[in-house]
Amino acid sequence: MRLDVTVYTRLPEKRMKSDFKKMEDEMDLLAANMESITSFSEQISCTLQDTRQQIAKLSGVHSLLKRLQFLFKLPGKLKVTLQEGNYSQAVQDYIHAQRVLQQYGNMASFQGIQTECEAIVEELKQKLRDQFKSKEASAKELAESVDLLLQLQEPADCLCAEFLAHAETHLGEQLTVLEGLQDQDIIEFVDIGSSGFLSDLCLVLASYKDMFINRLRTHDVQQCDELDSVASSQLGKFVLCNMQHYFNMVEKRVQREQEGGAGDTVVLVRALDRFHRRLHAMNNLYSDTDFASTGTEIVLHAGRRQCRSHLQSLKIHFCDTLTQVRQSLAAPKLINQGGDGSASLLELLTSLVLATVEKVKSVVQDLLVFCQPDVSFSSKPHFREVFCIDNVREGLVVGFLHHLTATARGFCDSGDSKSPPAILLLLSKMCLEFETSSVHYLLSQTDEWFNIEDCHGSGILTSETEICSNMRAAAQELLNHYVRMQGLSMLRKSVETRDWLHTIEPRTVRAVMKRVVEDIAAVDSQVGALYEEGQQTERSSDSSRRARSACVSRRVYRSNLSSYAPSQLDSNLVTNIQKLFSERIEIFSSVEFSKVSILTGIIKISLKTFLECVRLHTFSRYGLQQIQVDTHYLELYLGRFVADENLVHFLLDEILGSAAHRCLDPVLMEDGVVRQICGRG
Amino acid sequence: MATITSVCYIDVANGGGGHATLAYGKADIPANKLKVCKRKLQWQQWKTRFGLFSLLVSQDDCRVKMEDDTPVIYGLEFQARALASQLAEPDAVRFMVGTQSLKLSHNQVHVVELNEETGGLTAQVFQHGAGEVWTLAASPSDASIVATCYNTLTADNSCYMRSAIWRLPSQVGGVLDEVAERGGVGDLPALELVCQLDTEPHGKDVKVTCFHPTDGAKGASVVDNKFVIWDLNYGDIAKVTQSGVLEGKGQPRFTTGKWNPHHGCSQFVTANDGHVRSWDLRVPPVRSAWTVENAHCQLVRDLDFNPNKQYYMATCGDDGYSRFWDVRNPSEPAVARADHSHWVWRIRYNHFHDQLILTSSSDSQVILTSIASISSEPIFRMVDDDPQTGDTIPDAHKEKLEDGVLATYNEHEDSVYSVEWSSADPWTFASLSYDGRLVISKVPRAEKYSILL
Repeated sequence: MRLDVTVYTRLPEKRMKSDFKKMEDEMDLLAANMESITSFSEQISCTLQDTRQQIAKLSGVHSLLKRLQFLFKLPGKLKVTLQEGNYSQAVQDYIHAQRVLQQYGNMASFQGIQTECEAIVEELKQKLRDQFKSKEASAKELAESVDLLLQLQEPADCLCAEFLAHAETHLGEQLTVLEGLQDQDIIEFVDIGSSGFLSDLCLVLASYKDMFINRLRTHDVQQCDELDSVASSQLGKFVLCNMQHYFNMVEKRVQREQEGGAGDTVVLVRALDRFHRRLHAMNNLYSDTDFASTGTEIVLHAGRRQCRSHLQSLKIHFCDTLTQVRQSLAAPKLINQGGDGSASLLELLTSLVLATVEKVKSVVQDLLVFCQPDVSFSSKPHFREVFCIDNVREGLVVGFLHHLTATARGFCDSGDSKSPPAILLLLSKMCLEFETSSVHYLLSQTDEWFNIEDCHGSGILTSETEICSNMRAAAQELLNHYVRMQGLSMLRKSVETRDWLHTIEPRTVRAVMKRVVEDIAAVDSQVGALYEEGQQTERSSDSSRRARSACVSRRVYRSNLSSYAPSQLDSNLVTNIQKLFSERIEIFSSVEFSKVSILTGIIKISLKTFLECVRLHTFSRYGLQQIQVDTHYLELYLGRFVADENLVHFLLDEILGSAAHRCLDPVLMEDGVVRQICGRG
Repeated sequence: MATITSVCYIDVANGGGGHATLAYGKADIPANKLKVCKRKLQWQQWKTRFGLFSLLVSQDDCRVKMEDDTPVIYGLEFQARALASQLAEPDAVRFMVGTQSLKLSHNQVHVVELNEETGGLTAQVFQHGAGEVWTLAASPSDASIVATCYNTLTADNSCYMRSAIWRLPSQVGGVLDEVAERGGVGDLPALELVCQLDTEPHGKDVKVTCFHPTDGAKGASVVDNKFVIWDLNYGDIAKVTQSGVLEGKGQPRFTTGKWNPHHGCSQFVTANDGHVRSWDLRVPPVRSAWTVENAHCQLVRDLDFNPNKQYYMATCGDDGYSRFWDVRNPSEPAVARADHSHWVWRIRYNHFHDQLILTSSSDSQVILTSIASISSEPIFRMVDDDPQTGDTIPDAHKEKLEDGVLATYNEHEDSVYSVEWSSADPWTFASLSYDGRLVISKVPRAEKYSILL
């Protein structure tokens, strides 16, 4: 057209006019045509209207029929899927149809279908439950059935309970298996426990969480929250209960392992470590309860028991060593062969101390395995505090040291005369050795090994000085007892077995006195083997006065005795005055840890005993003279053992004085004769 | 103070706390010629070392006021080991001492009474010319009756032990000072012999004669390996009613014996060597009721019964131990103590407060011990529930009396062979050392109040 227009525009005007006329005509024609077309189409659509409505109706009916068909077929289909075991398909189908059924459930024809379906679904549920309850079902199957049941609107708390009940039986079996493994190696036991019981528990835990707690929130929020809290609390109870069982079992097993002695600490610690590690993993999964700390408790119990049984074994070892020492002391060779005896006394002491220290050390070292850095619980501060400080240091090391002093002290209390006196001496020296070195060594070694040096001064540790002073007190007590035991019995028989009224004129020193000197010499070598010499008073400046006064007194005594007749009164007075102005002699002063002091103590008590025995008898003249000879003999030979000879002089004078007092006819021998007799002896 | 012929005084011009001057000498020396000795010593040391003289001091003008707890000392001129409290005397604190002298006719029995108000002593002295007194016992029912065991000589100069019952003459003539003025022992009133106990058929060595705990008409003697029960109702003849013999190898000898005050006094208890044995007196052939074997590893020196708690017995011995027994369990002592450093010669329960135990030893010490753990008195103090006082906070540290030494008495310088509680005052006791020093002491006040309050 446009072409036409452009062409025509170039034409002359006339031509243009005709052309326009023509165009007008043609346009009219076209309009007429269009009108007819419209009418026609109107006519057609009119005719087709009816048919179209019918078709739409038909297709509606078709879909309805299709649905009805699904419904009618549903029971059958469900049955088939049920038989195939394709439970999830069945559930999906059922849920699909459920709404329709609910909607039309009141119509008679549908009612039939609904009931049928429901019956089938009941069966389905039953099957699911059976699967749920069956013992063989794997955790995955379980999870599936729970999921499906939940979709079928089963009450969740019931399901939780059932699920847990089922899991419980399963875990219970695991536990019974574990219980049956009592004779297995403890590491194996822990491993089986971990891989069996604990991993199953974890699985249960995980699937439970997936199923009941972490589900998509399909329903309204409130209901979900309720479900959550119920599910969590049930799970909590369940886990706690089962873990409790498990812990009990492990505790029992560990206890059994430790029964009858300490066993192998390395194995024990390895087992405990594995146990503890696994619990740590548990903690990540289930954070509500801190099982690791319960585990640490169990480890601590085991540690404490280990310490105790070690302590027990230490005690037994010490007791055995003591028995050995006693036996070798009782063996006669020790007493007879002076030199050898003392040497072996020292040997006995060294072996006793060394064996004890070494034993303690080895035991502590053994326990060090608990604190190796690669052991999972060793880094816990609670564990360190309780195990290292309370159990190892205080319970074991300090406890044993206390036992040592108590045992040693027990020798004083028992008062039985069966144990050889040398054991008292030995134990005393042992306590002293411990005081000077071993206590420090053991404690510092323990502190270093178990890294508890920094706890000093916090007041929780028993201080070394306390133990040392205890040791020293025990040593002193033992030594005092030794001195008493030796002193109280010596010289006694020498007086009691004689009729002092009817004795002949003395010609010799009595054999019993010689034996006393020999005994003292034996004691001297015995003590000398263990103790330092000690200070012997030189007879110089200070003591000279006393020595002189003693001499004076003796002269007074002698003169008094030889001219005894005048009055007892005077001699009494002289003694009293004499006593006043000479230093008071401490007969029962405390013994020091030196040979001289010990010997002095024994001799003082022996002579005091001699004095007491003399005072219980009545003497004839010859009886008195025999005592005179005997005391002179003792004076000659005992002086070298004591710290201050004046002591011996003083006591022997007392003895002779008492004998004179108890004499019916107190006439002394000539000093020269006495010297002669003693020289002969 | 006639028994001591020396006169001494202590110059306490410095107030007692500083230095002291001691002068001594014989009574007939004029005071200005007394030997004087100056010593730099604390008063306390003087007192304990020269306690002998503190009494003499009271004679002089420079009298030292005695504290209530301060021991009072009485000196005898003879050695002595026999001491008894006058049991039948309920009011006066009175003790009896028997001396030991081989000048047999010189022996005496002193009756010493403490004047509790002034702290002074009065004494009566009686002659015990039969021999040296080894043991002395007072009758429980007649204050004037005593029993002694004494050593005497035969014509051929050999010793043997005898025992007799004596009566103290009632006349008051034996006051010490008068005796001193008369100057001779021969003038002393003599004990009147009530009856001689015929121990000779039973043996030679009479260890002890004692009275029945309540009946003064019964006595018992321990001789060698026998003990004899006497009926003393017949005036000068003692009739043997029962006797028991200890048979055994090695010729066992009794060392001492005592009536058990419990079970109707139907048991007599003896010690031999380290063992203690009880004899049942009810049925004629006397049989052993119970024994404590090896009560001590050396000789048992003495034993005593808890007066308020039956089955409880205390023993002491040459091993230096005091042991306390429940005789129903003789295998081990209920309590054992080794506070002395030599033989323990005597052990005595306080009759009123039986946790208080006295022991004396040849280490020259007397020790007062509290054994509350097995006493008849409750260990725990009663809580004062007087509503008036309002707050009834119990004194926590005082609630339990621990066993232990309460006091050590160092007044003696020689072996202390005897110690006895007064029968009149539960807080007073006497101890006697071989050198003839009798010390009358008291339980420390603090301990007394802690028991009473």
